[in-house]
Amino acid sequence: MTDATHPAAAPRPGRASSILEQDARTKKRNAAEARFKIYGIAAIGVGLFFLVVLLFAIVRNGIPAFTQTFIEVEIALPADRLDPDGNRNPEEMKKVSTFGYKPVIEAGLVQAIEAAGIEIPFEDKDDVADILSAAAPAQVRDMVLANPDLVGETVAFRFLASSRVDGYMKGRVTRDSLVRDKNLDAEHLDVADAMAEAGMLERTFNWSFILGADASESRPEQAGIGVAMIGSFFMMLVVLALALPIGVAASIYLEEFAPKNRWTDLIEVNISNLAAVPSIVFGILGLAVFIQIAYLPQSAPLVGGLVLTLMTLPTVIISTRASLKAVPPSIRDAALGVGASKMQATFHHVLPLAMPGILTGTIIGLAQALGETAPLLLIGMVGYIASNYPDGIASGFMDPNSAMPAQIYEWAKRADPAYYERAWGGIIILLLFLMTMNIIAIILRRRFERRW
Amino acid sequence: MSASMLLLIVLALAAIGFVLGRARALSSAGGDSRFLHSLPSYYGYNVALWTLAPAVGALLVWLVVQPLVIERSASGLIPEDSYAGPGELSLIMSDVRRVADGLDAAVATGVMSAEEAGAVEADATDIRDRLATVGVALGSEVSGATLAAAQRYRSLNATGTLARNVVVILLALTGFAWAYLRTDRDYRARNTVEKGTLILLIGAASVAILTTLGIVLSLIFNTIEFFRLYPASEFFFGLTWSPSFGGGSELGILPLLWGTLYISFIALAVAVPIGLFAAIYLSEYASPRMRGIIKPALEVLAGIPTIVYGLFALLTVGPLLVNVFGAGGVLGVDWMGGATAVMTAGLVMGIMLIPFVSSLSDDIINAVPQSMRDGSLGLGATKSETIKQVVFPAALPGIVGAILLAASRAIGETMIVVLGAGAAARLSMNPFEAMTTVTAKIVSQLTGDADFASPEALVAFALGMTLFIITLALNVFALWIVRKYREQYE
Repeated sequence: MTDATHPAAAPRPGRASSILEQDARTKKRNAAEARFKIYGIAAIGVGLFFLVVLLFAIVRNGIPAFTQTFIEVEIALPADRLDPDGNRNPEEMKKVSTFGYKPVIEAGLVQAIEAAGIEIPFEDKDDVADILSAAAPAQVRDMVLANPDLVGETVAFRFLASSRVDGYMKGRVTRDSLVRDKNLDAEHLDVADAMAEAGMLERTFNWSFILGADASESRPEQAGIGVAMIGSFFMMLVVLALALPIGVAASIYLEEFAPKNRWTDLIEVNISNLAAVPSIVFGILGLAVFIQIAYLPQSAPLVGGLVLTLMTLPTVIISTRASLKAVPPSIRDAALGVGASKMQATFHHVLPLAMPGILTGTIIGLAQALGETAPLLLIGMVGYIASNYPDGIASGFMDPNSAMPAQIYEWAKRADPAYYERAWGGIIILLLFLMTMNIIAIILRRRFERRW
Repeated sequence: MSASMLLLIVLALAAIGFVLGRARALSSAGGDSRFLHSLPSYYGYNVALWTLAPAVGALLVWLVVQPLVIERSASGLIPEDSYAGPGELSLIMSDVRRVADGLDAAVATGVMSAEEAGAVEADATDIRDRLATVGVALGSEVSGATLAAAQRYRSLNATGTLARNVVVILLALTGFAWAYLRTDRDYRARNTVEKGTLILLIGAASVAILTTLGIVLSLIFNTIEFFRLYPASEFFFGLTWSPSFGGGSELGILPLLWGTLYISFIALAVAVPIGLFAAIYLSEYASPRMRGIIKPALEVLAGIPTIVYGLFALLTVGPLLVNVFGAGGVLGVDWMGGATAVMTAGLVMGIMLIPFVSSLSDDIINAVPQSMRDGSLGLGATKSETIKQVVFPAALPGIVGAILLAASRAIGETMIVVLGAGAAARLSMNPFEAMTTVTAKIVSQLTGDADFASPEALVAFALGMTLFIITLALNVFALWIVRKYREQYE
């Protein structure tokens, strides 16, 4: 009998811990583990927090730009002032400049306000016209020149309110902030309040911000991003027309045909470096090559498009090569096996299969180009007031224009809170475009991408 | 005839060539494509290619070369004593171009007849008023030499354009005829077309090289021009930056470099810890579902255009920082004067770089082989110990590469610093002061009204060169590290 006679269940001396109870060192290690995990969560939290703050700031500051305050008044158009000759000939009526229209509007406004039973607290009652935009005389003049028969009648007009009144209605301008402002007094705001109650002043959705042209520095209420949008559109056309074919052709060569030699290596190194060159350097290139040497017109969307093409090419090439690489070799082998040439195998079989990936990469490259600002500043797309829509396709490419991001920068530089609001609003539009493009890219990828 | 019209004609010729070439090949085989060497459409492509390629190539070369030649010839007519330097010459030449364009516009709109415009030399007095009627505004009275140069410019331009049209169309027709006549059932059309396509593909791939070459050359030539006007030693070692367009500017790069590095340093101090910890958490702890949500959300930060960050810095972060660190702020200290400061730009740039650091580090951490983790965990290490002592050291070279790439991005970033960092060049340690950077000054020197030939404008090219070399060195080094590291575990 060799029944084991171990000392049963006698706790071993010198061992203070058990599985059930952690010792100090294990606790410390577990605490470190927990801390480490918290650092990670905190880092992600901070990152997401920044994202939320950024988006919140954009939406909160930008939404007001989409509404605008208008003042509706009926203005009498006296014939003796607007058409001194009395023959309703627009050519002769052009002699009356906007300065001639200003007193007419002032008189009409004073009359309308007093008719509504609102007291005007100014010594010179015409001062109340400061609540109107400086664009009002031009608006009346354009209307009168287009319809000379209106002279002598009383016509209802819908004027833009000045940016200060507009800001007051949006809560941006307060009476305190007007103390140092020489454009408007607190009394104007009392009048504006009373007019709002009387229904003469209303805040509505502002299509002209989305579709309109830029305005001069003193008329933020009139500025819109529409013309810059057209400029961006023409630039994107250039980028699409050049970057897609050149990028795809370059990728096909590098991925399918290029022999392994020095030249190929040089091209590869070049492409990966170009992808990381600061965008401003591309602007310098555009300025030196396209404007100083090739004499292409400054500020033209064509030049902007060319510069952005060079900038986007590496992105397109890298993504195209990735999707060409993802097509399995068996496809090529099968095509070659039934007698296709290498070129036929590539163009008839590999390229169509890689197309969804290529399109996705191109759209992402376009989105990147759409938001790029720095190179556009150097080729003169800033400081220019984009006030005219291009006349046609050729003028769309060649005439000076701005682009959305450049327009936003221009507004940010004007250092007027009313323009800041428009800059934020422009950003909302820009981000909507980018978001749409990225969503299309994601859908394309989800819908058509094949996993082999 | 304009260049686009010409291009359309050539394209139309090519399209006709395609149809005719295909038909000729088919008829040479008696209508049965089995007797042809290649598929019928290859014969069509062959003719189209021969029509298109030489003509379009010639057109492109002509479009680049003609202005250069004409410019040189016309500027020879400007007397050498009438201008002081290349800057004034370029101003005069732009006047010349404007006068010439104005005369062309006058002829086009019918204000002048062609003969009148050619004979305008004799009475040069009223040219300015007459051009004003067609909407060409001239700054000053037109001198005789300018007018003569403008006339030379116009006549050369007219001759050049005519010659161009003739040459291009002749080339297109020759190519057409050559390829059409050789079209035959035994002609190896596919081989020719494929060779041509391959050449086009190689050409497209070389655009990348041409771009780099263009960047380098345009930077080098203008930088050399700058150093001819301004001593290089003062540019590289000067401690003050105060350009004045009246002359006598001091253009030392050191304050700008200091501002650039300071802002980049703050940006990295924000982005690296946050990005790195986020990457570690995402790759080691997070469940696939959480990863699938958080990773794209963080990458949204990378997709937002930099102008948005610039505005965010100027209008949101800057005022916020002033409320904390400025006079009468929460902390009761008076460190910050205005909203634009190194701290503002650095902080916002850091936010922009978070996804950059986190994505790259995430890839690199994922590339560390699982066996290394398993070994460490098997020995009883906790997850965080494994990360700190095994995964992180193994991934370190790659992470350093990622950080260097982020640094190069920070150094080259423009819009955030243009809007958020201020315009004053300073050598100061206070992060709440406004400073400026290399990129911001490139923008301000080239968007002003400066004459392109003055040192104040040319300095931008020297700054661009410096920027290009710094970022290129960082990129090459970082890519080398990343690549070397990847190979190690593959």
